[in-house]
Amino acid sequence: MIRPNVGIDRRSFLKVSAFGAGGVLIGLQMEPETKAQGRGAPAAPPDPHAYIKVAADGVVTIMAKNPEVGQGIKTILPMLIAEELDVDWKSVKIEQTDFDDTKYAGQVAGGSTGTPNNWTPMRQVGAAGRAMFITAAAQTWSVPETECTTASGRVMHQTSNRSLGYGELASKVAALPAPAPASLKFKEPKDYKIIGVSQPGCDVASIVTGKPIFNIDVTVPGMLYAVFEKCGVFGGRVVSSNIEDIRKLPGVRNAFVIERPEITEPVLPGDPGLENGIAILAVTWWHAQSARKKLKIEWNEGPRAQYSSVAYAKKADELSKQAPRKIRDDGDSEAALKDAAKVVEAAYSYPFIAHAPLEPQNCTAHFKDGKVEIWTNSQTPGSGRRLVMQTLGITDKDVTIHMVRGGGGFGRRLNNDYMVEAAYISKQAGVPVKLVWSREDDMTHDYYRPGGFQYLKAGLDASGKVIAWRNHFISYGDGERFVASGAMGPTEFPQRFIPNYSLGASVMPLGIRTGALRAPSSNAFAFVIQSFIDELAHAAGKDPVEFRLALLDSAAPVASQPAPAGGRGGGPPGMNADRMKGVVQLVAEKSGWGKRTLPKGTAIGVAFHFSHQGYFAEVAEVKVDAANKVKIAKIWVAADVGSQIINPTAAENIVQGGIIDGLSEMMTQEITIEKGRVVQTNYDKHGMVRLAQAPPVIEVHYLKSTFPPTGLGEPALPPILPAVSNAIFTATGKRVRQLPLSKSGFSWA
Amino acid sequence: MAFKLIVNGHTTTVDAPDDMPLLWVLRDMLDLRGTKYGCGIGQCGACTVHLNGKPVRSCLTPVSTAANQPIMTIEGLSPDGKHPVQVAWEEIDVPQCGYCQAGQIMSAAALLTKTPKPTDKDIDTAMNGNLCRCGTYLRIRAAVHKAAELAANRPHKTTGGAAVLEEV
Repeated sequence: MIRPNVGIDRRSFLKVSAFGAGGVLIGLQMEPETKAQGRGAPAAPPDPHAYIKVAADGVVTIMAKNPEVGQGIKTILPMLIAEELDVDWKSVKIEQTDFDDTKYAGQVAGGSTGTPNNWTPMRQVGAAGRAMFITAAAQTWSVPETECTTASGRVMHQTSNRSLGYGELASKVAALPAPAPASLKFKEPKDYKIIGVSQPGCDVASIVTGKPIFNIDVTVPGMLYAVFEKCGVFGGRVVSSNIEDIRKLPGVRNAFVIERPEITEPVLPGDPGLENGIAILAVTWWHAQSARKKLKIEWNEGPRAQYSSVAYAKKADELSKQAPRKIRDDGDSEAALKDAAKVVEAAYSYPFIAHAPLEPQNCTAHFKDGKVEIWTNSQTPGSGRRLVMQTLGITDKDVTIHMVRGGGGFGRRLNNDYMVEAAYISKQAGVPVKLVWSREDDMTHDYYRPGGFQYLKAGLDASGKVIAWRNHFISYGDGERFVASGAMGPTEFPQRFIPNYSLGASVMPLGIRTGALRAPSSNAFAFVIQSFIDELAHAAGKDPVEFRLALLDSAAPVASQPAPAGGRGGGPPGMNADRMKGVVQLVAEKSGWGKRTLPKGTAIGVAFHFSHQGYFAEVAEVKVDAANKVKIAKIWVAADVGSQIINPTAAENIVQGGIIDGLSEMMTQEITIEKGRVVQTNYDKHGMVRLAQAPPVIEVHYLKSTFPPTGLGEPALPPILPAVSNAIFTATGKRVRQLPLSKSGFSWA
Repeated sequence: MAFKLIVNGHTTTVDAPDDMPLLWVLRDMLDLRGTKYGCGIGQCGACTVHLNGKPVRSCLTPVSTAANQPIMTIEGLSPDGKHPVQVAWEEIDVPQCGYCQAGQIMSAAALLTKTPKPTDKDIDTAMNGNLCRCGTYLRIRAAVHKAAELAANRPHKTTGGAAVLEEV
């Protein structure tokens, strides 16, 4: 039993049973979730019976299968189905599904994969539904199916002037098998009535009236609120505590130590899972949190207490002077650098940063009789289920997962530590539990975007062409293993565009957890690569746009076809140089690049980056005063994400949001470590762009290409950091090579 | 101890520690979950409610301070979800995740009560305490202007404890 109405009323469908269970696609090949996050689309077409319900009164309910954390997928996927089903959008109700891998593939929010992985299957669902209504009507009228047409949720037979609503046909359709996908015909884009038309987010009315639709709002009868105190040093363990005193505090109903084995792994796996600590359960969250403040714990902090950001930087400097482990060597960069007319060298660095979604990590769990029911805003509910199964020693049949709207994700909820904590605490306590982390818990127990260091050296020939590129990449890990999200691959840009390209890596051990943050790797790498390319353009005496276009023109042929890069694919062979040139040219044109005279202290900067299959070039117009106060006047974005923008209002919103997110990362965000602990505990020390600092205008232009549509959650972010810092260089002559810019004395005007 | 609270026009009594923030009384005792917890230190504004018609951070407002005065939460801003700010937010399709928006809307509603025709600068000043992690600021600005326009054309009477102050 759950009090807030997070879905919609199902009663109206019980009598009608418009689509029965079953269907012809039982035995559907399900793609493992981890694979769905990375590459490739689901193998088999999904079963329409699992997605569409039509009531006798014609109300169409479309199931939204993916986690919604603000990326708009709960609206977008049903739009694809509704378009091909041929119903009026205003007659559609959207219902969030549970996690159910017997019915749905790829229930993941990550890697900007929602659109590319579902563009075809969700339209197949709608088209199959439409075909079944046609079949049902044709059978009713005893006419050929080819004589039937559809519009607005009705099947028509023009010659006899008859028509039937989908609601009237629902009971017949329930008995029909789903047609073979090969027999389905999609609409021509010119006939779209829903796709390509701005549709407000399906939950917007609930949001503006404060309905309890977020995961943190879920309540279960008899539940207690829980907090969980862990060591500030990852892996630290409770030696002793005053837990007996805590149990006596007002409102407290239970408190216990969670004992866990020591974590000895030198490179922490993606989700180390349940940690050691003390759980406190109380009648309200405030009672639990107040009691927690009275906890006195003696910790065994373990070996990770020795780490610090200062020591990491020192170690990186040492490593930079040693030979790296070779990752890629094209041509002979050593010789080319010797022959170069000009050599440019620079050291870049970027910090750890936190995700800090506004809704703190929370999960509601009810363990009873060997089974657990979970309400979660996880981006990877399937991975969460595995973690819960392993930790609690139960099977997949014993875990029910309700997917509830999340207040932001940004990659933080790809990990399910808070889910397993709630499940475990409920099991231990024997009551339903709502675990809510404090903001301080969130900031100090994140899976941080890994910091890193890049030592670059490049050579230009006499004509200003880049002939050599060398990068000594310094990250975290052990031997040949990198920490999660801390790797650079052998095809990172500008590999393939420079004949003599050398990439080597060194790693050092790390004491905190890391993970994917919106546009993982790209969010840091684009700053380094596109800033250094700017340095080379200036060293060559070339215009930064012309220089980039020339670089993109120098692509070596691709040996294999582009892989549908899901994750951090910053570089070739995934990147199509022509598509990138297209957006660079478009953003130059829209921003009046090279055609406008700007006042002193004002300049424009450009950058591009390919990630998550999206091509983005961005220009920022920036004013910098004598005190290094930065004001962004305007930002232009050019994007190629394929043939179709599915929901333009959501697309513009998320692109603008990605840019603003990038600006926060650029100017202020930094997580530092002292004695193994995270120093920044709340938003006051991990600054986010505020309204007054947001650019007044972010203009978004799309270059429509013939490629299938791809995602927008991530690829807009990476180029904005270098676009702005390149503009700052042009305005001031100051080249910033370290993030955040605040460390070099810059701040928002 | 017992406190008399006047929330959205309804009077109720709660038994809570006197330093318990209003936020948690609203959420965990009165089951009004529209007001959100984001930071607990007055940095994000997700918990913004009106106390005596003025926007306050309920995470830093002890229940003892809020007693016996009109409190308005997002649930009480209008009887039908049609306060000009709510209408504008829907029309402009402001939210992404939506978690901060109750706080944004309460700040915007308070601004329009005081300043029916705000400039960009007025908006920047009044709304600067409300973080949006998704970065919907451009739409927030546009929606506040839109709400001002709607309010000017369609005077709206709200219900709740601070009704008199909320006429825009």
